[in-house]
Amino acid sequence: MFAFIIQRLFQAVLVMLVVAFVSFALFQFVGDPVNNMVGQDATEAQREALRERLGLNDPVPLQFLNFVTNAAQFEFGLSYRLGIPVEEIVAQRLPATIELVLVSAVIALLVGVPMGVYTGLNRHSPLSKVFLTVSLIGISLPTFLIGILLILVFGVWLAWLPTFGRSGTVDLGWWETSFLTVQGWRSLILPGITLALFQLTLIMRLVRAEMLEVLRTDYIKFARARGLSNRAINFGHALKNTLVPVITIIGLQIGSLLAFSIITETVFAWPGMGLLIIQAIQFADIPVMSSYLVLIALFFVLINLIVDLLYYVVDPRLRIERGGAH
Amino acid sequence: MSDSSQRPLLEVRDLRVEFPTRRGTLVAVDTISFDIHEGEVLGVVGESGAGKSLTGSAVIGLLEPPGRIAGGEIRLNGRRIDNLAYREMRRVRGREIGMVFQDPLTSLNPLYTVGRQLVETIQTHTDLSEEQARKRAIDLLAEVGIPAPERRVDQYPHQFSGGMRQRVVIALALCVNPKLVIADEPTTALDVSIQAQIIKLLKKLCSEHGAAVMLITHDMGVIAETADRVAVMYAGRIAEVGPVKDVVQNAKHPYTHGLMGSIPMIGHDTEKLTQIEGSMPRLTEIPSGCAFNPRCPHAFDRCRVERPELLRVEQSRVACWLFDQGARRAAE
Repeated sequence: MFAFIIQRLFQAVLVMLVVAFVSFALFQFVGDPVNNMVGQDATEAQREALRERLGLNDPVPLQFLNFVTNAAQFEFGLSYRLGIPVEEIVAQRLPATIELVLVSAVIALLVGVPMGVYTGLNRHSPLSKVFLTVSLIGISLPTFLIGILLILVFGVWLAWLPTFGRSGTVDLGWWETSFLTVQGWRSLILPGITLALFQLTLIMRLVRAEMLEVLRTDYIKFARARGLSNRAINFGHALKNTLVPVITIIGLQIGSLLAFSIITETVFAWPGMGLLIIQAIQFADIPVMSSYLVLIALFFVLINLIVDLLYYVVDPRLRIERGGAH
Repeated sequence: MSDSSQRPLLEVRDLRVEFPTRRGTLVAVDTISFDIHEGEVLGVVGESGAGKSLTGSAVIGLLEPPGRIAGGEIRLNGRRIDNLAYREMRRVRGREIGMVFQDPLTSLNPLYTVGRQLVETIQTHTDLSEEQARKRAIDLLAEVGIPAPERRVDQYPHQFSGGMRQRVVIALALCVNPKLVIADEPTTALDVSIQAQIIKLLKKLCSEHGAAVMLITHDMGVIAETADRVAVMYAGRIAEVGPVKDVVQNAKHPYTHGLMGSIPMIGHDTEKLTQIEGSMPRLTEIPSGCAFNPRCPHAFDRCRVERPELLRVEQSRVACWLFDQGARRAAE
């Protein structure tokens, strides 16, 4: 177990170094940072001074080393667009995205897993057919359309919920949260559902397919032959055996929710990372882009690490060295 | 003892199992009747597809849909169990009828320890506390011959070998002393060297626990060694049923005869193994009359038209017109 974690951490560091190199390369190849920072009429001497101060005259490996050292402390310099340190901007935007992703992941899980179990167990019931049809719509409609439809229905026609933005936040000093006020929750609901819908249908279909698979296995038949209750069979034996693939997909999906909540954030004018990166790309704001790259990679690596650890928790076959003959 | 001891433990009467399909209904088990008495080992033999396993599944109420019991009745200790509600049937399964499946590698849930699966089953059917159930689980593991049961009880199925896993499966089937154990090809998936051990263990434990056994297999050797009585199935029907000695040494039905002729025996090496021409008909094309008639060397006109009932011949009952005394006398 310990060796496994060490090995995974080592791999994670390796991945992060590669990503760091890519985002370091951004600075090298996308324009001249000095040009971006000084005015049109700066003298050659001023430019040279800035170049020296920024360490751009150092050999490339040394620059990379400096970059990695700074990146490890999450320092990516000043945003070209806003002129304030990138880490400050990110610290401002990240909570919005993380809370949004958290809410939609919870919605997707709490609704998707039971729906998947239900449709897996009651394959031919009318309700299962309704779920499957609705999930087909959820999977095939593009996110922005769902967002716009939700805004139209609940924001404009019914006027129950705000149509855009993130309001009612409470500043905890290091984290600005929507979770503490009713207004905050109200503005979370629509983007949360929009972002969750695709994941929800995916999880439901995955759980359903896995349940159907597992229910056909001998150990489920044997569990029935032992007279166990339906509850014990369906939830204790069957559902647990569907977890490994479900955890894998959920892990990957949460990663991509963090990375690609761009569309939802744009539709709802949600002040998160997605909106930030769109603006950064439009302005060629390299420090923001490279910090985003590193940050998202870090999330993916962390989530994958957690997923690997969860495998260990769920499946004993991975946990113990093989004992006895096989 | 009350007169329930006179009565067979399990009575199957005119059992019919059907599979509705798009092209019509397939009759997989066709109106069969048999009994199992308390403590008895009934061997059920036949080729794959003869309906042996389906019969076993029907008795314990675990036919896979769309398969269903279309007729007849099944009684356990005189109580009808084929029409019980799921909830009531659940109390019969495990508690009154235990089951051992073919493949020990897939019969156990890989995510739970052997002990947990035993404790769970014991607690489903008894009022034992967690601790008592665990103690019983360890005793059972010891009883099925698993060394160091105190340690093994907390191990996962993948840490056991195939033979050891089948022992665990047997412990699970017997853990609340059912009156009947249905063993569906319990040794087919095991190494030959382990098969004999498992069969011996199964027989010994069932007699110690006072459980009757319905032993489903295609292995006549296993039957000859283990069973008290044998039922030979062919194309969803019983061809012959009788004491093991009569059926093995003095087979009456031409199919049983052919089946016995196909077993190699040491000391008979001059004799060629006989084989039955052709193969068992598919469920969609079972011939009229006796299902065996196209392959039977003794078939005559009546066999092609009229389905034979089980006729009493000595200790056995045989579904073959060759043994219809009344008809024979009439012909003479």
